[in-house]
Amino acid sequence: MKNKIINRRNFIKGGLGGAVVASQLKGKESQAAGAFDHYPDSMGVLVDVTRCVGCRSCEAACNQEQGLPEPEKPFNDYSVFDEVHPHGGHGREERRTTEYNYTIVNKYNVPGVDHPLFRKIQCNHCLEPACLTSCFVNAYSKTPEGAVVYDPTVCVGCRTCMIACPFYVPTFKYGSAFKPRIMKCVFCHETRLKEGRPPACVEICPQEALTFGKRTDLLEMAKSRIRSNPDKYVDHIYGEKEAGGTAWLYLSPVEFDKVGFDVHVPHEPVINFVRDFLSIVPMVLLIWPALFTGFHLLSNRKDAKSQHDEDNQEV
Amino acid sequence: MKLFTNNKQEVPIVDHCKPDGSKWSITEKLLLGLSFQDYKKQFFRNPFNWAFIIIFLIGTPILIERYLFGLGTVTHSSSDYPWGLFLGFGLFGMVPLSASGFMLGTTVELFGRKDFHPIERLALLNGLLGYFFAVLFLMVDLGMPWRLPYPMFVSLGPAAVLFLVAWHVATYLSVQVAEVLPSFFEWLGWLKGKRAIRSMVLGLTVSGIILSTLHQGALGALFTYAPGKLHPLWLSANFQWIHFFCSSIFGGLCMVIVVSTLIKKFMAWRCDDHFLETLDNLSLGLAKGATLAMITYIVIKFVAIAHDKEWAYLLTGWGQYYLLEITVAVVLPLILCVWAIRNDNATVVRFAALIVVLGIIWNRLNTALICYNWHLYQEIPHWKEVAITVLVYSSYIITYRFILYRLPIVYEWKGEK
Repeated sequence: MKNKIINRRNFIKGGLGGAVVASQLKGKESQAAGAFDHYPDSMGVLVDVTRCVGCRSCEAACNQEQGLPEPEKPFNDYSVFDEVHPHGGHGREERRTTEYNYTIVNKYNVPGVDHPLFRKIQCNHCLEPACLTSCFVNAYSKTPEGAVVYDPTVCVGCRTCMIACPFYVPTFKYGSAFKPRIMKCVFCHETRLKEGRPPACVEICPQEALTFGKRTDLLEMAKSRIRSNPDKYVDHIYGEKEAGGTAWLYLSPVEFDKVGFDVHVPHEPVINFVRDFLSIVPMVLLIWPALFTGFHLLSNRKDAKSQHDEDNQEV
Repeated sequence: MKLFTNNKQEVPIVDHCKPDGSKWSITEKLLLGLSFQDYKKQFFRNPFNWAFIIIFLIGTPILIERYLFGLGTVTHSSSDYPWGLFLGFGLFGMVPLSASGFMLGTTVELFGRKDFHPIERLALLNGLLGYFFAVLFLMVDLGMPWRLPYPMFVSLGPAAVLFLVAWHVATYLSVQVAEVLPSFFEWLGWLKGKRAIRSMVLGLTVSGIILSTLHQGALGALFTYAPGKLHPLWLSANFQWIHFFCSSIFGGLCMVIVVSTLIKKFMAWRCDDHFLETLDNLSLGLAKGATLAMITYIVIKFVAIAHDKEWAYLLTGWGQYYLLEITVAVVLPLILCVWAIRNDNATVVRFAALIVVLGIIWNRLNTALICYNWHLYQEIPHWKEVAITVLVYSSYIITYRFILYRLPIVYEWKGEK
């Protein structure tokens, strides 16, 4: 093989090669930075922490509705509230949702409050879900009714959704070798929400701690509750802005971090943090080929010059 | 092998023909010109092979356990820590160390620095194998590895960063196979194939740069999905991809220095004189490139802190750990490299390169595991997770060695080419 010199033919090949790669990949990524439209009439749930008494009936209802396995301790056993280390010594201390329970209630003893406070955890059904935007096989969708649902038939099991979810909601069936999948609250979408009925946990709540309704209406309701009882509530609706807004909204009598909420969750959709990178992708794809082929031409100018006459004869 | 190279003048094989003029068969080439008995003998004489045998005896049953009973039986992956060592080390650690392929491809083919030619093939092979085994690590970690083609053909989620990683790693793997094929064709004696690849070399190199820039960056960008979870010092929404890309530049270069050092020490019989003679100089040259990237890296690391106004974090325990990482993994080898380049000292460069390689892995483990969920609790990998990781990495070393023994990577093929 002779010295590698750039002649016209090689240059075109190089440039074309890059351009082909660029055009193939560009189509797939160009929608990347687009914004996700919110569904204006989507439903939500308002959780009023002041009203919850920790009866765990929502846990029981969810378990039954979703056909989840029977728990070790029955749902009327309240000793679970004081359990520590449920994950075998290397997990977090607090109870959390698992593949066996899509929703759980935790107890918080807050100094200055004469009774314990309870907080329900489940998927918050974000308006711009991070799980959805991070999924590379489109296993998640946000339904017009407001639920974030998951399709196990296309999931590859990469678990990026679990990395992306700011609320640590999706859980994975690690125990299954052949049929692992993501397990999370689906807002009872198939069985109830689609028909306009509230999810099982809301329906069963004896304290009306959970209110089902249009998200926009719930926001109004939450604001009026705060307005009419400014001493009872802190002036914040958790979920109004957190992670770009969630279908589930919360009112609390104390600062939210005292009842287990992560108050550091950014007030914009997680995808906004990724946009910077996504926007450079088409640029690299389009500029790099020309740029580096150009560099090649420059750095091999001497060789090319000596070959100049030869080239001319070819043409 | 050393023993035979001294006694038998026809090994190691560097040509299609034996000294007596007859041709080597493929089987003979595969057995390195030894009889089966001799090959077995040299295999068992090597103490490294005994270590590998033990690793395989322990690791294989655990790997089978993982595929029969699920990830839960061998890892501590949980709802809070979805990713463990397989990705933290195997994917995030190995991919930056494999940036060597596109770096030297660019240097030699694109910028016309023919002086780096003796080490180009090693860098390309290092890239190919690193990526290939990173994908194998991914196959261990994925819940449903049999669905690997889904993001390509079944259900596309083009707006996701991982989608870019998947596509770019897949295309880049094919590019790298093409880049390494010429040495295979020389060894095989199929010159048409080699010429076909050579004619595409510029296109391949340019697509190599594009794909590398994007997916090295994309691996970093994956963590921008976790702004509340990863410690702010290790995460910069704006610069994460540049951090990962820039560190892969010196990571890849230093990995070639480390590998070539090992080859020189343990596989000198396979190298030709040209490779051995130029290696010191080439190592210094690679280190020079690496130092520039390291300086850039340090600067943009601090630009990111300034941009996000995170100076106060540096005073915390995490901040000290961060400074320790930067100092030991980047600043120290940078100083060593600069000194060594000035004094023409290849030994120090090699030592510095080793620190850099370990430092890159440290940084990726910090990002993926140690500083992830920093406000929650610390995850310690299951010992079986470590065993599988060691097993896969050993297969990487064995494959690497198998190819180096045979293909004209660190020596030049004497026969027709």
